[in-house]
Amino acid sequence: MSDKLDARRDQAARDGQAMALDDERRVKVLSPGALVAKRFFRNRLAVLGLIMLAAMFLFSFVGGLVIPYGQAEVFYTYNLQSQEYVSATQNDEFRYAAADGQEFGGSLRAQFLLAQATGQESFEYRGSSYRLVEEGADFYSVYQGETLIGIAFQDVVNAAPGGQELSFTMQRAALRAYTNGEDAFTADGVAYALDEGGNILLDGAEIGYISRFVVQARENGVAIPSDFREQLQEALENGLTQFTYTGADGVEHLYETQYNASTQVWAVMQETQTYVYDTYASPSLAHPLGTDGNGMDMLTRLMYGGRVSLLVGFVVVLIELVIGVILGGVSGYFGKWVDNVIMRVVDVFYCIPSMPLMIILGAAMDSMQVDNTTRLLALMLVLGLLGWPSIARLVRGQILSLREQEFMTAAEACGISVPRRIFRHLIPNVIPQLIVTCTMGLGSVIIMEATLSFLGLGVKFPYASWGSIISAVNDAHVMTSYWFIWIPAGVCLLIAVLGFNFVGDGLRDAFDPKMKR
Amino acid sequence: MSKFIIKRLLISVLILFCVTFIIYALLRCLPSSFVEQRAMQLAAAPGSKPYEEWVAQLNAQYGLDMPFLPGYFVQLGNLLTGNFGDSWRWTVPVMDKFVEVIPISFIMGAISLILQLVIAIPLGVIAATRQYSKADYAITAGALVGISLPTFFFATLLKLVFAVQLGWFDVSGMVGRNHALLDSWGQFWDIAHHLVLPIITLVIVSVGSLMRYTRANMLEVLNSDYIRTARAKGLSERRVIYHHAFRNTLIPLVTIVGGSLPGLFSGALITETLFAINGIGYISFQSMTAGDIPFSMFYMTFLAVLTLLGNLISDILYAVVDPRVRIA
Repeated sequence: MSDKLDARRDQAARDGQAMALDDERRVKVLSPGALVAKRFFRNRLAVLGLIMLAAMFLFSFVGGLVIPYGQAEVFYTYNLQSQEYVSATQNDEFRYAAADGQEFGGSLRAQFLLAQATGQESFEYRGSSYRLVEEGADFYSVYQGETLIGIAFQDVVNAAPGGQELSFTMQRAALRAYTNGEDAFTADGVAYALDEGGNILLDGAEIGYISRFVVQARENGVAIPSDFREQLQEALENGLTQFTYTGADGVEHLYETQYNASTQVWAVMQETQTYVYDTYASPSLAHPLGTDGNGMDMLTRLMYGGRVSLLVGFVVVLIELVIGVILGGVSGYFGKWVDNVIMRVVDVFYCIPSMPLMIILGAAMDSMQVDNTTRLLALMLVLGLLGWPSIARLVRGQILSLREQEFMTAAEACGISVPRRIFRHLIPNVIPQLIVTCTMGLGSVIIMEATLSFLGLGVKFPYASWGSIISAVNDAHVMTSYWFIWIPAGVCLLIAVLGFNFVGDGLRDAFDPKMKR
Repeated sequence: MSKFIIKRLLISVLILFCVTFIIYALLRCLPSSFVEQRAMQLAAAPGSKPYEEWVAQLNAQYGLDMPFLPGYFVQLGNLLTGNFGDSWRWTVPVMDKFVEVIPISFIMGAISLILQLVIAIPLGVIAATRQYSKADYAITAGALVGISLPTFFFATLLKLVFAVQLGWFDVSGMVGRNHALLDSWGQFWDIAHHLVLPIITLVIVSVGSLMRYTRANMLEVLNSDYIRTARAKGLSERRVIYHHAFRNTLIPLVTIVGGSLPGLFSGALITETLFAINGIGYISFQSMTAGDIPFSMFYMTFLAVLTLLGNLISDILYAVVDPRVRIA
């Protein structure tokens, strides 16, 4: 504008014409709208508010389109959990097996232990004489006379998982071979091989194993592979507390052994990956604001929440505006009893406490299990119905003074119809005040909605709203440990409301030149 | 004047009549979940009557079996005779509960109002006298931030900083855990200590509007002719502002503050609920979510009365303080 003016002035100067003092070109002409805009943009706070609002709108409405996630999309994660897989005990006591058809009872065992501990080769018990034959390390055969009645051993012979029970002769032959470090034995006419790990092989197939360690699976029906057992045994013998083992399925797990001194049992913990909801994940590249307690992306929910909050604000203010302008305009224009009646209605609505009413309605909708969309609509409708009185009062007050002015007499003289007079000639003159009131009102409606949602009475899961996001702080742990869940939502709320208030305040000053000194 | 007051009072009664009617209608429309729950509890007791009989008995007891209109008039009659019924949630007469909890709400409201006045008026005057200065921008922005702060968010922030991280206050509640062991002076300080955060919340959240109001009024006064006259007389700027302008700024302020006096009794619903202060706001919140119709009815009627009273007081004060106002 001023550039153009300057150019024209320069042109005039070049032409050698002197500009008259009252030359039109000397005067900068601005329309009332341009004047308001100029005053508005001179106010730094108002411009800041405009930027804040633009940012929040982009964030909510464009951000929701750009972001790849959905508002109720649940994310999962692999979680490492240590679970007890097997327990292992090192056997350092004698175990006994009776030969087929023989008795090797408790008192006899006690006698054996006594003799073994004192290094005797024989003992007497109840008139019979018994003989100990050391067949290998910690492995004895016990004879009554010449009859073999049983064996005592510390290395335990186990059948392979799911395999057949091993017979006494078989056990004895295997133990004898094992304790003497041999790699083959025969029992009942069958030849068996014995490998270094103590596995008993029949034609290359494992039918059992011998070990000082007793390894039991924590859950029934879990077969423990022999190489796992060997690895465990090796780890335990070397005093390692951790080892890794690659199972038959090719998955490598980390195992951790914990020794319980009082029970002398090693608990072997297996780290397993579980597929769980990714709850309360800290901010990362994939989730810039982390995830919430349901494993949903916070940033996405924040954007969709902004949509709901802003939308509720606009719809409510629109409802207020429609009712308020119509009733206020009619009331102000007609005056007399119409005015009286409408203003009493306004008084009544003004007196209804809105917050308690909304709380009761919210609680009622809870117990009636109203679905989410209906709930949102009801919320907007009721907030709008409760909010119009202030707008009606404003419009009426302005129109009361405007209708006495000359232009209204002119409008009447021209024969313009009453609705047209009200809505085309009076209301436009109230628009500046209406814009200011509505802008500021938007902020308070958004706060109201957020408060209700915070109390759990407004917008409900799975819809997000800034208020309902913050309501996660009802869990004290979220409040203290997971700032990224609720602080961003509060900041968004603050920025949006502050933006509306800054802009509203700036507009008020811009529309009202009297406020400027 | 007295004619005006009487007229206003009559209109107020009429409005109150309509408001109670609307409130009663809304409460009657609610699903009577409280009665059903209560009946279920009672019916579960050994050797008790069946559920349906309990529902019928409770409905009769609470006047819910009556048709809508007679029910309203019975309720209205009770209200007029000062009989507000028994609270279902608290199982005591509504009035008893009200008398028990109103002092703490009033104290909180009064302290926060005083603090608001002490903070808002000087800052508003400073902002107006130095319009468009840095101080003005700071104060205006601060006031708007206060208005824009959602109470629940600000309260939670305060809790996080002062109660959780610094540990200066308890997170919520009105008394400490060893309250019963303290002497009466100690108990007083204990309660005072627990009211600090709620009062800070109330003051910060509501000081902004008063500040802006003061600023706007002061600006209007400073632009008026008599201030120009005072300056033209050669009075010092101090005298102009604090003697001539400030007194005139007080006129609308008095009406606003006077009008907000009844509001001291209304309680701070959100703040009290967040800090678990057993004031009228928190107690009502619990009653309302529990479907306690007598208490909710009483509370909402009470709030409506307070609003009407506030309007009346501010209108009267307006006429009293400003001699230019003529009341027809």
